[in-house]
Amino acid sequence: MSAVAVDVRGVSRVFAGGGVGAVTALDDVDLTVAAGEFVSLIGPSGCGKSTLLRLVADLDAPTSGTIEVFGRSPEQARLAHDYGIAFQQAGLLPWRTVRANVELPLALHGTGKVARRARAEEMLALVGLTDFADHFPDQLSGGMQQRVAIARALAEEPSLLLMDEPFGALDEMTRERLQNELVRICAETRAAVVFVTHSIPEAVFLSDRVVVMSPRPGRIRTVVDVGLGRAAGREDGVREDTAYFAAVTAVREALRGGALVPARGVDVP
Amino acid sequence: MSARTLPAPGADADAAQRVLAPVLLGLAVLAAWQAAVTLGELPAYLLPGPAAIASEVVAFLPAIGGAALVTGTNALVGLVLGSLAGIGLAVLAARTRAVDALLGPLVAALAVVPIVALAPVLYTMYGASSEVARQLVAALAVLVPVFVNSLRGLRQVRPVHRELMRVLAATPRQVTRAVTIPAAVPFVFTGLRLASSLAVISAIVAEYFGGPRSGIGSFITTAAAGSNYARAWAYVVGGIVVGLVFYVATLSAERAVTRHHAPGTGPS
Repeated sequence: MSAVAVDVRGVSRVFAGGGVGAVTALDDVDLTVAAGEFVSLIGPSGCGKSTLLRLVADLDAPTSGTIEVFGRSPEQARLAHDYGIAFQQAGLLPWRTVRANVELPLALHGTGKVARRARAEEMLALVGLTDFADHFPDQLSGGMQQRVAIARALAEEPSLLLMDEPFGALDEMTRERLQNELVRICAETRAAVVFVTHSIPEAVFLSDRVVVMSPRPGRIRTVVDVGLGRAAGREDGVREDTAYFAAVTAVREALRGGALVPARGVDVP
Repeated sequence: MSARTLPAPGADADAAQRVLAPVLLGLAVLAAWQAAVTLGELPAYLLPGPAAIASEVVAFLPAIGGAALVTGTNALVGLVLGSLAGIGLAVLAARTRAVDALLGPLVAALAVVPIVALAPVLYTMYGASSEVARQLVAALAVLVPVFVNSLRGLRQVRPVHRELMRVLAATPRQVTRAVTIPAAVPFVFTGLRLASSLAVISAIVAEYFGGPRSGIGSFITTAAAGSNYARAWAYVVGGIVVGLVFYVATLSAERAVTRHHAPGTGPS
C-alpha cells in the first residue's frame, strides 16, 4: 500500500453560476493525507470543505488540478472500492434490515452469502449493534442509524474513510459517544479518514491534523497539528486535557481570522 | 407474556370505541330509516325500508352472490390488465424522456374521458354476449391512477441513495433493483388501492349500458325496471360488498408493503 492515502494538488473547482457569475468553491488547494491518518476539514459554510470531499469521492470533478487516491484517479479508486463513505444523512435503505444494509456494498460487488453475513456480523459488533441486526432503520434512533451507516462504509475494509458531517444531525451527547466510538474503530481498522465537520471540539478530538479552510474562494488557511497521542489510547479524559484546549484555541483563532498559529504544543498562557 | 407487550390499559377501550361508535351510528340510521318508511307510509318506489331490502337479500342470496362473482371477476381482470399496462408504461416513461413527453398528455386526456361512456361502443366491438367490454372499461379506468402513481414512485429515489449507489459503483441494473423499484413500490400500491374502487364502479356501471344479463349492474336495472325496488337495493348491497372486498384487499396489501417506508422517521 502506498504511504499516501489522498494527494490533492493545485485543485480548483469553479461552479458556473446561473446569471450571477461563476462561484469559486475551491481555489488552488493542496492537501496530503497519509495512510492511517485522521484529517478533519473545518470551516464556515461555503468554504468548500464538502466540495473537496466530494472531489476525492469522485462525486464531482475538479475544474483544474489533480487528485490521487492511493496513487490512482478518484474514478479508478471508486471503481476499485478503495474507500468507504458516510454522509450527513445515514442514507440507509428503509426496506432493508440493518444487516442487509451493512451487506449492501458486499452484495453489489458479488461477495458470497456466507462471507457477507460473517462480515456484517463483525461490523455490527464493531459499532455495537449486534442485537439490532434484524431491525429496520425506522426502528432505530438517529445515532444508531449513523452507526449502521459507518458499519456499511467499513464493510469492505477500505483503507480510506470519507465522512461528510456524519454526526451533524445528532445531539451533543450522542455525538460525543459516537466520536469515542469512531476513535476506537479507526484504531482497530487503521483506515485513513477525511472528516468534514463544522464543530471545532469534534475536529480536535478526532484528528491528527485539522485543516482550517476559509470561504470565497475556498482555500486552506492553515493546518493545525493536534497530536493528542495514539488514537488507541484516546478517551473521554482527553476532552479535559490542556493540550486539547490548546488545540481547540488554535483552531478557533485560525478560523477567526488570521494569523498562522504554531500549532503543535501550543502553550496556553 | 411480559407487561410490556400488552397494549396500554386504555387501548382496548379505545379500539372498542373506534369500532362501536360507527356501528351504533349505522344502526341508529337504519332504525330511523325503517321508522320513517313504516310511520311515514312511504311508497316502495320512493324508498323501500331496510327490513324489506334485507329480506330480499336473504331470498336472492345465491343470485346476488353469482352476480357479485361475475362483476367481481370483471373488475379483477380489469384491475390486473390496467395495472400491468399502467406499471409498464410508467417504467417506460421513467426510463425515456421522449416516452414521458408522449405519454403525459395522452394519459391526462384519458383521465378526463368518461370511460364508462365507451361501454356501448365496446359492446358493439366485442359482441353483446361477452364480458370483454366490461373488463376493458375497468382496465381503462384503472390505467390512469396506476400509471400516475407508479411514475411518481419511480422518481422517488433520494439524492443520498443515488450518490451512495454511485460511490458503490453499482451498475444501472443494480440501482434499479436495489433502490428504484423498492422506493416505487409504496406508490404503486397506493395507485392500486385508488384504482380498485374505480375498477368495481366501472364494471358495475358498464353493465347499465347493455351486454349479458349476468352482473350486479344488469340485475339492478332489471329489478328496477320490474318495479322490484327492494330487490334492486338488495343488488346494490351486493355491489357494496364487492367494492369493500376490493378496497380492503388492496389496502391491506398497501399497508403490508409500506410498513417500513414511513417517511419522517429519523434522519435515515
